[in-house]
Amino acid sequence: MADLTTEFVGIKSPNPFWLASAPPTDKEYNVRRAFEAGWGGVVWKTLGIDPPVVNVNGPRYGAVWGPDRRLLGLNNIELITDRPLEVNLREIKAVKRDWPDRALVVSLMVPCDEESWKYILGRVEETGADGVELNFGCPHGMSERGMGSAVGQVPEYIEMVTRWCKANTRMPVIVKLTPNITDIRYPARAAKAGGADAVSLINTINSITGVNLDNFAPEPEIDGKGTHGGYCGPAVKPIALNMVAEIARDPETRGLPISGIGGVTTWRDAAEFLALGAHNVQVCTAAMTYGFKVVQEMIAGLSEWMDAKGFASVSDIVGRAVPNVTDWQYLNLNYVTKARIDQEKCIHCGRCYAACEDTSHQAIWMKEGRVFEVNDAECVACNLCVDVCPVEGCITMERLAPGTVDPRTGKVVEADYANWTTHPNNPAAKAAE
Amino acid sequence: MANSPHTPGVVPGRLAREAIEANFSDLHPPLDDHEARVAADRCYFCYDAPCVAACPTEIDIPLFIREIATGMPEAAAKAIFAQNILGGMCARVCPTETLCEEACVRMEAEGDPVEIGRLQRYATDRLMAKGVHPFTRAAPTGRRVAVVGAGPAGLACAHRLAMHGHDVVIYDARPKPGGLNEFGIAAYKTTGGFAQAEVEWLMKIGGITVETGRELGRDLDLATLRRDFDAVFLGMGLAGVNALRAPGEDLENVENAVDFIAELRQAEDLSSLPVGRDVVVVGGGMTAIDAAVQAKLLGAENVTIVYRRAREKMPASEYEQNLAAAKGVRIICEAMPVAVHGDGAVREVEFEYTVETPEGLKGTGERFRLKADQLFKAIGQRLEGAPEGLALEGGKIAVTGPGRTSLEGVWAGGDCTPGEDLTVVAVAEGRDAAEDIHAWLMG
Repeated sequence: MADLTTEFVGIKSPNPFWLASAPPTDKEYNVRRAFEAGWGGVVWKTLGIDPPVVNVNGPRYGAVWGPDRRLLGLNNIELITDRPLEVNLREIKAVKRDWPDRALVVSLMVPCDEESWKYILGRVEETGADGVELNFGCPHGMSERGMGSAVGQVPEYIEMVTRWCKANTRMPVIVKLTPNITDIRYPARAAKAGGADAVSLINTINSITGVNLDNFAPEPEIDGKGTHGGYCGPAVKPIALNMVAEIARDPETRGLPISGIGGVTTWRDAAEFLALGAHNVQVCTAAMTYGFKVVQEMIAGLSEWMDAKGFASVSDIVGRAVPNVTDWQYLNLNYVTKARIDQEKCIHCGRCYAACEDTSHQAIWMKEGRVFEVNDAECVACNLCVDVCPVEGCITMERLAPGTVDPRTGKVVEADYANWTTHPNNPAAKAAE
Repeated sequence: MANSPHTPGVVPGRLAREAIEANFSDLHPPLDDHEARVAADRCYFCYDAPCVAACPTEIDIPLFIREIATGMPEAAAKAIFAQNILGGMCARVCPTETLCEEACVRMEAEGDPVEIGRLQRYATDRLMAKGVHPFTRAAPTGRRVAVVGAGPAGLACAHRLAMHGHDVVIYDARPKPGGLNEFGIAAYKTTGGFAQAEVEWLMKIGGITVETGRELGRDLDLATLRRDFDAVFLGMGLAGVNALRAPGEDLENVENAVDFIAELRQAEDLSSLPVGRDVVVVGGGMTAIDAAVQAKLLGAENVTIVYRRAREKMPASEYEQNLAAAKGVRIICEAMPVAVHGDGAVREVEFEYTVETPEGLKGTGERFRLKADQLFKAIGQRLEGAPEGLALEGGKIAVTGPGRTSLEGVWAGGDCTPGEDLTVVAVAEGRDAAEDIHAWLMG
């Protein structure tokens, strides 16, 4: 049996699945239910300075659905906790006392002055919580008040506030990053420079989930008006994976612990985040969609996969894919593949043909009897046919062996690795000799 | 004492009225909005889709299904009706398992096709429920066309002609329009008076007059129609029923299956419709299945279909055979009727087993008898009273191209012409003949 216990910035938890700071972690009642269901840790929904914020009284969420109303993306305009600070602190203390083996981190967002941070850090320390997460990501409402992503979008502020926090608490400090920036490496570097023990990402993405075509209000709609909310759920996973990888491979932040967040819905999603350098994951939308029990599938699936692959502990997985993330210019231009259609598996729908003929390189023939075949002389190996084929494994990309001639270019496929930096078409190519 | 399935003879009310009503409810209940979206999402939007090629009316199936998936069933219905104005009925009665759904690539993928028929019904129901007609009539041309037969072929032809601005008079021998849609299809396939509602909706195009109770050869003749109209379309179907050619065929309670079905479809109260305790149906097509299943649903104790050839040669689709079996109908294959026994009324039917030989089907000499107080003949219909001067082919009206007969200005389509006797084929033939008539009239 694989060992799923993790230690993240000194905080132990029985598995790498934490609930992210969000509505599911707003109250003692929810958090107890989460721990009973098996979650390894929670990040308590963001605390602020009293008086508590006031939420809208209309819809707080908008959604994007796939077939059969599968929730693909969720957007929210909820603020930080709207309960008094004392209530939250009392509940945090009670839960931590009863669940000492689970990670309990407290998310914080207070005005941008050192006194406010110093005050709240002291109050949280009294609860026995394991650490704090600085909410520099919330993209709506709080940012208009100079908090949340208003801080997270300015690396200098991140560094400053992180430094204040490190100076005023013995607890580990995790800095939560907003994706609503152009290059995630800058805020990550700032957090590190400020002394952060770790970063967590991504927070939600500015979004409008739709428009009501009857009254022309954006969704979610409050009395005919709408505002951008934070987008999360399965739809944002690719964006989050890339940002995690960017930080993991950046020479300036390499080794900085990362808590991966963004659309983790299954054990597989979690494994992918871990492989790209996350040390654990935080989940919200999957729990909000299916309830807390969903963690049991994640634990069982990850454990099963680790056993099958021979990984004894979670740390064996962390970062395994990072060395394989590179820049485009270093991709091997001598790696030549062609699409291959398995005629036994083909169901003759012709989607590969339509895609290639209409939108790509006219490299698939449609022959008598709806037989689809690849014309190697035109196939650039774009992979679109694989992506649109409804049958898994029917179309594959197969490598042309070195020494064979690529019918498209008429050139012999070279065995050696060669990339754009050395390519003769690159004006800046370094001469081979 | 009330009748039961065990009451001897041919009697009504073998089951309680509520039980009969339940038995004759919609065979395939309509999809609701969510079910339709889920079903629609399974369509792969194939390139040059095989389902379209398999549809005699060539409805753009992937397009209409995508329109359903994107929440526009009305647009989907327009795509359907543009090709097949009786798309509502076809959605109910088409043997989709041998047409579009058989060709669906999902059959190859997983043996479970996209539910094209039910999706088509969903879309067409939605538009028809609004009571609006999706097409507008072109400016009147002043040309007049006579259409003989208000069945699927005639209606499709008349609608297309009217759309092009011609004036159409439809003549039909029966008291109501609709043809086999109204008189010849199992009730559970088209519930709630759909056939008449569909005709009324179709007529909203304008320019069509229907004269019922007017039969060609009795009340009308082709020469007069040709004189009085600019063109004539014949779509009168097959009025004649093939005989068993077995002694005893004239006994009481030996009936044509089509007459039983028609009577059933017109019955106000199915519990007043008499049916036998032991019912035998001779034949192997859709009519045989429709008669047998409905007899069973009315409460007959034993219903047996006897078909002279092997099971795999049965014209009724496998789906229909399974439906019959599921309702408790027994199917005996490779046996032919040789005599009908009885005293006044039928009591037994005698069959002989058959074998296929190079010279054709032959009796083996082995015989058996089935108890029967009602015998339905469903061994095919034939053209009756074809007008003089029309060339025939295999007993039907010979046509070339889009329904042109041997007479100038006379077209034909539907069951009275060669080809498959399906509603959807009749619609295609009527529509195509109308386009040809239009081109001829305006050329």
